[in-house]
Amino acid sequence: MEILMIITVGVLFSVSTYLILTKSLLRVILGIVLLSHGAHLLLLTMSGLKEGAPPLLGEGAESYADPLPQALILTAIVISFGVTAFLLVLAYRTYKEHKTDDLDQLRGNADE
Amino acid sequence: MTSLHYLVLAPFITALIVPFLYKWFRKVHTGWFVLILPITLFVYLLQYLPVGGERLEPLQLEVPWVPSLGINFTIYLDGLSLLFALLITGIGALVVLYSIYYIANKKDEPLNNFYVYLLMFMGAMLGVVLSDNLIVIYVFWELTSLASSLLIAYWFHKEKSRYGAQKSMLITVTGGFSMLAGFSLLYVMTNSFSIRVIVDHAGEIVNSPLFIPAMLLILLGAFTKSAQFPFHIWLPDAMEAPTPVSAYLHSATMVKAGIYLVARLTPVFGGTAQWFWIITAFGLVTLTWGSVSAVRQKDLKAILAYSTISQLGLIMSLLGMGSAALHYDIADEYKIYSIAVMAAVFHLINHATFKGALFMAVGIVDHETGTRDIRKLGGLMSLMPVTFTISLIGLASMAGLPPFNGFLSKEMFFAGVLEISSLEIFNVRTLGLLLPVIAWLASIFTFVYCAIMLFKTFLGKHQPEKLEKKAHEAPVGMLISPIILVSLVVIIGLFPNILAYTVIEPAMQSILPNLSGTDPFYVNIYHWHGFNTELFMTIGVVLFGVLIYKNLSRWQQTAFFLKERDPLNAVYDSGLDGLVAGSQRVTNMQMTGLLRDYFMFMIVFMVALLGWAFIRFDALAFDFVNVAEISPYLWIITFVLIAAVISIPFIGHRITAIVAVGVVGFLIALLFVVLRAPDLALTQLLVETVMVVLFLLCFYHLPELRKEKFTPRFKITNLIISIGVGVIVTLTAFSAHAMRHGKASWVESISQYFIENSKPLAGGYNMVNVILVDFRGFDTMLEIVVLGIAALGVVTLIKLRMKGGEDV
Amino acid sequence: MKTNFLLLHTITRIVTFIILSFSIFLFFAGHNNPGGGFIGGLMTAAALLLLYISFDMKTIKVVLPFDYSKIIAVGLLIAIGTGLNSLFHGDAFLTQYFDYFDVPVLGEIELTTALPFDLGVYLVVVAVALLTIITIAEDDA
Repeated sequence: MEILMIITVGVLFSVSTYLILTKSLLRVILGIVLLSHGAHLLLLTMSGLKEGAPPLLGEGAESYADPLPQALILTAIVISFGVTAFLLVLAYRTYKEHKTDDLDQLRGNADE
Repeated sequence: MTSLHYLVLAPFITALIVPFLYKWFRKVHTGWFVLILPITLFVYLLQYLPVGGERLEPLQLEVPWVPSLGINFTIYLDGLSLLFALLITGIGALVVLYSIYYIANKKDEPLNNFYVYLLMFMGAMLGVVLSDNLIVIYVFWELTSLASSLLIAYWFHKEKSRYGAQKSMLITVTGGFSMLAGFSLLYVMTNSFSIRVIVDHAGEIVNSPLFIPAMLLILLGAFTKSAQFPFHIWLPDAMEAPTPVSAYLHSATMVKAGIYLVARLTPVFGGTAQWFWIITAFGLVTLTWGSVSAVRQKDLKAILAYSTISQLGLIMSLLGMGSAALHYDIADEYKIYSIAVMAAVFHLINHATFKGALFMAVGIVDHETGTRDIRKLGGLMSLMPVTFTISLIGLASMAGLPPFNGFLSKEMFFAGVLEISSLEIFNVRTLGLLLPVIAWLASIFTFVYCAIMLFKTFLGKHQPEKLEKKAHEAPVGMLISPIILVSLVVIIGLFPNILAYTVIEPAMQSILPNLSGTDPFYVNIYHWHGFNTELFMTIGVVLFGVLIYKNLSRWQQTAFFLKERDPLNAVYDSGLDGLVAGSQRVTNMQMTGLLRDYFMFMIVFMVALLGWAFIRFDALAFDFVNVAEISPYLWIITFVLIAAVISIPFIGHRITAIVAVGVVGFLIALLFVVLRAPDLALTQLLVETVMVVLFLLCFYHLPELRKEKFTPRFKITNLIISIGVGVIVTLTAFSAHAMRHGKASWVESISQYFIENSKPLAGGYNMVNVILVDFRGFDTMLEIVVLGIAALGVVTLIKLRMKGGEDV
Repeated sequence: MKTNFLLLHTITRIVTFIILSFSIFLFFAGHNNPGGGFIGGLMTAAALLLLYISFDMKTIKVVLPFDYSKIIAVGLLIAIGTGLNSLFHGDAFLTQYFDYFDVPVLGEIELTTALPFDLGVYLVVVAVALLTIITIAEDDA
């Protein structure tokens, strides 16, 4: 299962990098969203996917899935939500002001 | 904290109060309040002077600052520190008194700034000379640079002031930084920042390969601060500061910090040929260059600036030559060469007295006539008799004429040079004869510029039409400080031995410590030594000096004399321009303004770093022993997920793209369910829901996705980079997994702690939530702060827009 | 054109309250079962968003006259306040306490200081999500 997950993570990272390197601001934002998905999955995979109950002591199980990465990821999901919201608004405002979302045209003066 | 610690801090504390005093007592000149401090400190320090024949026992008082790094605020008071501390507070008091009259309490005169900077300098300088810890010295050292540059720029509306301030800052701070590097090397060698400890290890340091680099770096700091050639160019430009500042910082105290450092570290580095030659050579070159340059100046303060440079060079070279004494263990030879050190200490005091007085006299001339240009001045003797007397005594002392103190130290200087020129070590033989010749030549020029200053200002024809003001004698208050200083010139000149055992000998013990047994220094200063070489040298100086002065009008026609500005300034100016242009070019190269380039830098760097780490640590590993089985759902979810992800770059429609990204999000949520992370699954589902609303709202306003018009090369680069990222992440994941879960697992997980303790310690069954709110509550708190900031950012972007056609 | 959203409105009225009560349940369940401040908060936000989407902005402004930026501040203060509380007990910042109490009807229940902290988180999450979306939606420029 780990092998499959790791490959998925690799695909997520590749595609998001490709999107980030394009010239359209929207694609860049989508790429960042995908990148955070990849990072979350990577974290979870790294803790091992061995069988075990969900990390709820009420289950009374023998072994549990690792709770620590889950807590980390939960934080990360919420943070990336905040960041994405901010980026989206930034893109929206940029477009309103400059009437373009092409990063090539958005670049400033070379002397700045 | 002891009283001596408070002594260093007192000026800083006073500086905090000064602005309020300035505001509340607007009628009273702020200087009167400030004046109390240096006088108190000076009187307090006097009690440490060994008056009744007893020896000055060095005091060491420690207050921990950063003990883990060996940085302590340790006060070390010995002869050398005491001498400097007395100079700083004593001259400080006189300068503050003088400044009260010099800078009038006008409405828009920022007196509070002036005194805050001055007090800051005083405290920092006391810190430099009283600290034992190198890092503390460094901190105070840079503070003096800062204060100096702020004071130079006191009249910041003048362009030249700003130029001078920047120049002094750049040069001295660069030197200070190199000094810090040198200190660090000393730390590497001795494992201590304490000068005491380093001096104790001096014997081992000499053999270290870092010895020479450390010495050079520290000397760079000392030379820049003490305006040694070729770093002296900042000092003439520093003359834009108000004259009290020039008298205080740029002649009596701050520029002597470098000399202090050299003297302080002589026990560490002294006794080696490199130390001897570098300092002697730089000192002598500075001495000559300064005195020759001073002759061609037209501005009184510029003459004094170059004269200060040359006198600093003199003291520096004496310290260099005196360090030869450390080479010997035998007392007799030691004594002979230590005369140079004695001359250095003695001249240091004398220079502070006569140069302080001269600066103040020049300040008076400037203040009362409105100019410092010697071409406009003349015949002031009858109009300003007191100032004239002050200048006469000061200049005679500087020129080395009896019976003033300058004569004594000049004689000792010649004696020292002559002794050294017959030294048997350090290959002195070959070049030895040059030393007295250079010293003698430089002294002639010193005589000449002293003559120029005196005659052009006070004698000759008075030209009232060229002056802005009607010249008259200065108010009494302004004259008090220079009169005190010239009285000292005369008193020390007539009774030099009052300083011998109280000040000079203790200071020499600090510089040359290895003979502080019985009574090694026979400090006894006479006027009359009989008809020896030194006396003839002085007579020669006077003769040739008069000769040159008489023919000055002819000399001044030569190109060399017409050029007032130091030619080295061109190097500095073009260097500064080049630096600005160069950094602009570098910045432009890397700051393209294109987001893609920045991402590219980051991504390529990350890939390269990880790749390098793989190779460097041989970290690539594969191990699939403990892998879990793949359930059938997982196959399906993963397959759909990968398909959705890969399709996204090819989608040309914005709604479709959002939907595809949404699908990826929901599939990830499903994955979380399969991977037994219920909290994550819930969060992901809800975030995805809210996010889709958000995306749709924003994308509604945004333009349709265009087909990317890329050149094939562009596309291929992107493709290569992104595949590289994917591969490197995959490899990292495999290796990390192998190390964590494989056979060779050697990393202990910390998760067990949370599994075991979430019930007993936090009373919760949901481990993830317990970690979030309890074990790592602080992280969560900061996280919601970040969320709040993001939301505020959104509001700011949308609601708080400036009105009008601003360029966002 | 006047569109009729009767069906949507009716369903929204019912569903919103179901979601809201479920979100409150999730919030309180958090300590021992899946849920907690983040999840409860996001679900509340989702419920309220449904309201905003199906009715128009003005109507909801009357029903929910909250200034969300103030709610963010309140949430943060609550979270920090629980942290400061432990300082008064001489422990490290954000040390949480818990104990069990016997309440007549409900039996033994657990009370923990993590709950107000989670409440802070909850409030911040709700307010951030709604503030962001409403701000964008209201922008007519």
